[in-house]
Amino acid sequence: MTTAAPPRTQPPRTATLASALNRALRDALREDPAVHILGEDVGTLGGVFRITDGLAAEFGADRCLDTPLAEAGILGTAVGMAMYGLRPVVEMQFDAFAYPAFEQLVSHVARMRNRTAGRMPLPITVRIPYGGGIGGVEHHSDSSEAYYAHTPGLHVVTPATVADGYGLLRAAIASDDPVVFLEPKRLYWSKDDWSAEAPAPVEPIGRAVVRRQGTSATLLTYGPSLPVCLEAAEAARAEGWDLSVVDLRSLAPFDDETVAAAVRSTGRAVVVHESSGFAGVGAEIAARVTERCFHHLAAPVLRVAGFDIPYPPPMLEQHHLPGVDRILDAVAKLQWEQ
Amino acid sequence: MTVLDHDLAAAWTPDAHGPRRDPAPLLPDSEPVRILGTPALRRTADSPGGRELLRDLHRRLVVGRRFNQQATTLTKQGRLAVYPASTGQEACQIAVASALRPGDWLFPSYRDTLAVVSRGVDPVQTLTLLRGNAHCGYDPYEHQVAPLSTPLATQAPHAVGLAHAARLRGESTVALALVGDGGTSEGDFHEALNFAGVLNAPVVFLVQNNGYAISVPLAKQSAAPTLAHKAVGYGIQGRLVDGNDAVAVHIVLSEAVEHARTGRGPVLVEAVTYRLEAHTNADDAGRYRSAEEVERWQARDPLTLMERHLREAGVIGDADVAAAAAEAEELADRMRTLFHVKPQLDPMSLFAHVYAEPTPQLREQAAQLAAELAAEAATEERR
Repeated sequence: MTTAAPPRTQPPRTATLASALNRALRDALREDPAVHILGEDVGTLGGVFRITDGLAAEFGADRCLDTPLAEAGILGTAVGMAMYGLRPVVEMQFDAFAYPAFEQLVSHVARMRNRTAGRMPLPITVRIPYGGGIGGVEHHSDSSEAYYAHTPGLHVVTPATVADGYGLLRAAIASDDPVVFLEPKRLYWSKDDWSAEAPAPVEPIGRAVVRRQGTSATLLTYGPSLPVCLEAAEAARAEGWDLSVVDLRSLAPFDDETVAAAVRSTGRAVVVHESSGFAGVGAEIAARVTERCFHHLAAPVLRVAGFDIPYPPPMLEQHHLPGVDRILDAVAKLQWEQ
Repeated sequence: MTVLDHDLAAAWTPDAHGPRRDPAPLLPDSEPVRILGTPALRRTADSPGGRELLRDLHRRLVVGRRFNQQATTLTKQGRLAVYPASTGQEACQIAVASALRPGDWLFPSYRDTLAVVSRGVDPVQTLTLLRGNAHCGYDPYEHQVAPLSTPLATQAPHAVGLAHAARLRGESTVALALVGDGGTSEGDFHEALNFAGVLNAPVVFLVQNNGYAISVPLAKQSAAPTLAHKAVGYGIQGRLVDGNDAVAVHIVLSEAVEHARTGRGPVLVEAVTYRLEAHTNADDAGRYRSAEEVERWQARDPLTLMERHLREAGVIGDADVAAAAAEAEELADRMRTLFHVKPQLDPMSLFAHVYAEPTPQLREQAAQLAAELAAEAATEERR
């Protein structure tokens, strides 16, 4: 008769972005009684993406509140809660469903600190699942970051890795400024080496990070386009290009320092995002890079973005989303003949 | 088989399909509540503290009217950028302050400066927005008054959220949101009432129905029987009051505030009143309403009504009227003196409160403005 060794309970070595976000919310609720989550289906159901799974059960329905289906009402209620000293974390169910809350966000959340000469800051986190690539029907795949990044008073943050999902969300909730926290929904189930038992420290908001150091050209990207850019960088090796990849993480404030250094080190840059190119975040980035790095550039800064069309139906979205080939085509146009 | 096998009543799930509450108790009074000119005025005067209350309301009305007059004058003199007067609506404005306790919160919109002043905020600080030197001149936490809201009805959900937060903390704070008749068409008004009902938040909504949203009369704004009836659809209490009767507005609002404070739910109060002046100094009311109509409402001037009925009831006399007028003149004097001092504004303050810490981008822009100012100053010096 043999005795099986008792199973050793080891902390999981990998985690999904979704589970890291859930963990960040749980830790924030546990550490600070002022933190309150509110949104549609966030309570009993745990959110349509299950990011708030188990939180109402653990912390009670008041701390993780199922609200009526009304985004302006949700965010407006959060404003009043923040005025009274709470630290609301709002979940918008989908990118395009957040638009009814736009007035509250722009006219109140973004500027209450300014309107009141610093007396009434609103520490509100607005979590918004965004972007395409999940086969969603219309109004489920918008990339709305440019609307928010254009609004003074808001921080606009988007994680692309599991560790950043945890660290940046903790930083957003801890911030005394309002943060629009854009969650790339097609990365929700992506896995990284990350242990929920020893979560990474809180990331400061506003710092980009170089994910891959190269010498030929620099890809500047964020959120859902980061894995695509890393894949493109691998594929580019076959063409003889060694690409840098910068994960911006924060669109507002913008880390000019890291970005300019990364572009100067290669002399060529391509901005990659899946939202429409016209008047998009990429236009701002290209302009900033040109203003700061002009004499270091061997080619104009190019943009690879989604087309300037309403987000396409799911059976056509692969033609809209920037893929490896489109990124490599742009890299090929960086005037290598010189 | 009979249809009874599929009986809806038997399958009805209150949690899922709704409680099917009787709407009758939520319905507003069939006629607006009035106190002045009714036997209720005598009862109010004879109640404990009644005479003091009535004298205080009268005094606030007199001072309030003078505030409106002086602010209008300052606008004509170019001291204010714009002034949306609440002339004719002073009964509502002052009752808002008298119905709230210290610690309760007021959520005003841009026409509610008198309510803010009545709440205790300094007149100059209150008018800062309309003077144009800052967005909000007062500290919201000093007197529990939110900034004057310009986008209509957007402050209503804030009141709900604040009241909800207070209830979560076990505190007895009540929030009062002021909305106009036009504002009731906004989505935020609807969402605020709906959230208030669902959360059972201790919040009161006062709709000052002054007849016009700039030029558009209520008939083009809503087909509701009264605006107070809108409450019923959200499962909350509706009340209808004569908005030019300061005593009635005070009593109805006080009851509403206590109703909310004691956990019996939110209340929507519609006060029927009239904007005697144009929308703002930039508006021409003659384009959309008749002189006859304005005259009819001038005959119902809240200040005249109050003075006449309180004199008749023997609550106030010449001495009270004179004392109130003196207090009003004192306020007007102070406003004239303070507004004739040109505010000293620091352009660099533009960057002060955008974020808790300025972003690198804002630091660069602040440096740019500082350089521009230095260059201007240098040029000035050379002259």
